[in-house]
Amino acid sequence: MPKDQVIASIDFEKVRADFPLLRRNIKGKPLVFLDSAASSQKPEVVIRALNTYYEQTNANVHRGVYQLSQEATDAFEMGRKKVQAFINARHEHEVIFVRGTTEGINLVAASFGKKFFREGDEILISAMEHHSNIVPWQLIAEQTGAVLKVIPVTDSGELDMEAFDTLLHERTKIVAVTHVSNTLGTINPVKTIIGKAHQMGIPVLIDGAQAIPHMEIDVQELDADFYTFSGHKVFGPTGIGILYGKEKWLEEMPPYHGGGEMIKTVTFAKTTYAELPHKFEAGTPDISGAIGLGAAIDYVNSIGRAAIAAYEHELLVYGTQRMLEIPGVRIIGTASEKASVISFLLEGTHPFDVGTLLDQMGIAVRTGHHCTQPLMDLFEIPGTVRASFAMYNNTEDIDRLVAAVRKAATMLI
Amino acid sequence: MTINELQEDIITTFDFFGDWMEKYEYIIDLGKNLELIDPQYKTDDYLIKGCQSKVWLHAGVDNSGKVVFTADSDAVITKGIIALLTQVLSHHTPAEVAQADLYFIDKIGLKEHLSPTRSNGLLSMVKQMKLYGLALSAKAAEPEK
Repeated sequence: MPKDQVIASIDFEKVRADFPLLRRNIKGKPLVFLDSAASSQKPEVVIRALNTYYEQTNANVHRGVYQLSQEATDAFEMGRKKVQAFINARHEHEVIFVRGTTEGINLVAASFGKKFFREGDEILISAMEHHSNIVPWQLIAEQTGAVLKVIPVTDSGELDMEAFDTLLHERTKIVAVTHVSNTLGTINPVKTIIGKAHQMGIPVLIDGAQAIPHMEIDVQELDADFYTFSGHKVFGPTGIGILYGKEKWLEEMPPYHGGGEMIKTVTFAKTTYAELPHKFEAGTPDISGAIGLGAAIDYVNSIGRAAIAAYEHELLVYGTQRMLEIPGVRIIGTASEKASVISFLLEGTHPFDVGTLLDQMGIAVRTGHHCTQPLMDLFEIPGTVRASFAMYNNTEDIDRLVAAVRKAATMLI
Repeated sequence: MTINELQEDIITTFDFFGDWMEKYEYIIDLGKNLELIDPQYKTDDYLIKGCQSKVWLHAGVDNSGKVVFTADSDAVITKGIIALLTQVLSHHTPAEVAQADLYFIDKIGLKEHLSPTRSNGLLSMVKQMKLYGLALSAKAAEPEK
């Protein structure tokens, strides 16, 4: 496709210029950053929000009687309101601040599992889950006697929905699947999954880590019971993440961590817990993180999620086509619905070797099993090279990737 | 040649390379030509697991009591670096291996490959090689039974 057809739905030059880090040179060459699926870069407005907070507002939140603490609390809670609007949660108190997706899943597994799992109950996950949507369930399964069941994945990297239908039954206590596969890019039919599970009264947790930067998320429209994501993948700071949970579940679930903020009254005989969301937010929260995440959400909204999704889709189409022109390239994950992730192998080479040579050429990709070892075993491969695109990438970045992979091929094969 | 003389040799070789490509082409070439490890040692018992690439390492002793390392990896760049390491550390006494200061990696600009974050098994391999040296020298010091 001619380059000028790659749509100008976003003002690319402006977007790129908003990300200071992308001006860096690596090994003497302008950086091509293609690892946003691991962590995205931060726009200047986010960095500035963090600085401003520490320069002008820093104080512990809640309960402060002085002005600074009130300002910090307002700014922190504004972050929550922005998240609520961003994912269209019904209530503000359904938005829990956590450290990231991993903590969000651990919280639900530990708390929901403790309350509801009994011996022989089943937890239904999929074969394409990140380790952080596998291990927390294994931990609670060990404690409760519940059993992990796994939805298989097809050769193209899609969930086997027929198998899902048969795996879903009355012993299933929760379904926990990823919205978008971090390794394959597959966008899963989570709305269908949620609908089917709900017909049987089974709640569903969606791992939204890879979906949140790429598409519009409406938790009410999805009817998700839990939806969790990390701030750093959606252009926000590291250390802050979100667990959305339906009020009715969060009310029923016991606290996860104990400490300050999450209590109403404490005596040595009995402690009563605070209302939502504070019940799940023990200790001083990541105040600057919440503010930074709010700034990131403002930034994403200023560009428009539909425009971002359309732009990234064009990049994916262009990138897929260009990568397949390279002899020996095999793309792992060819689902019909994909986010802007291309996982590939170069025949006769090891992903580590390709990644090492790309790094020499200033191109940042991720290599390895991407924390999805069971999925790699399924495809019988040691890992992949993964290039993931964000709105600050363009076709030129892809052209440089393609040239670099070609060069690596001549050196390695 | 002593361990340090061998290291100096490698540093001199790498000084000739004009750019990163020549350097890596050389390493890849070394990797492709690395003497194969005896298949009986390419098992989990000899595996040093890295997150990114795997390394198999075996240490033997020749007739004169010198250590002989053989190793393999599933990634060719890792193999190339293995070739350099075995070239430097093989055919020396266990004590020499245990005491070796491997400065050449840094000098030829491959330090990043031995960083813990790279997780390619090489850092653990170097540790393991030295441990073998230590274990074998302790064994050699034992009185005959």
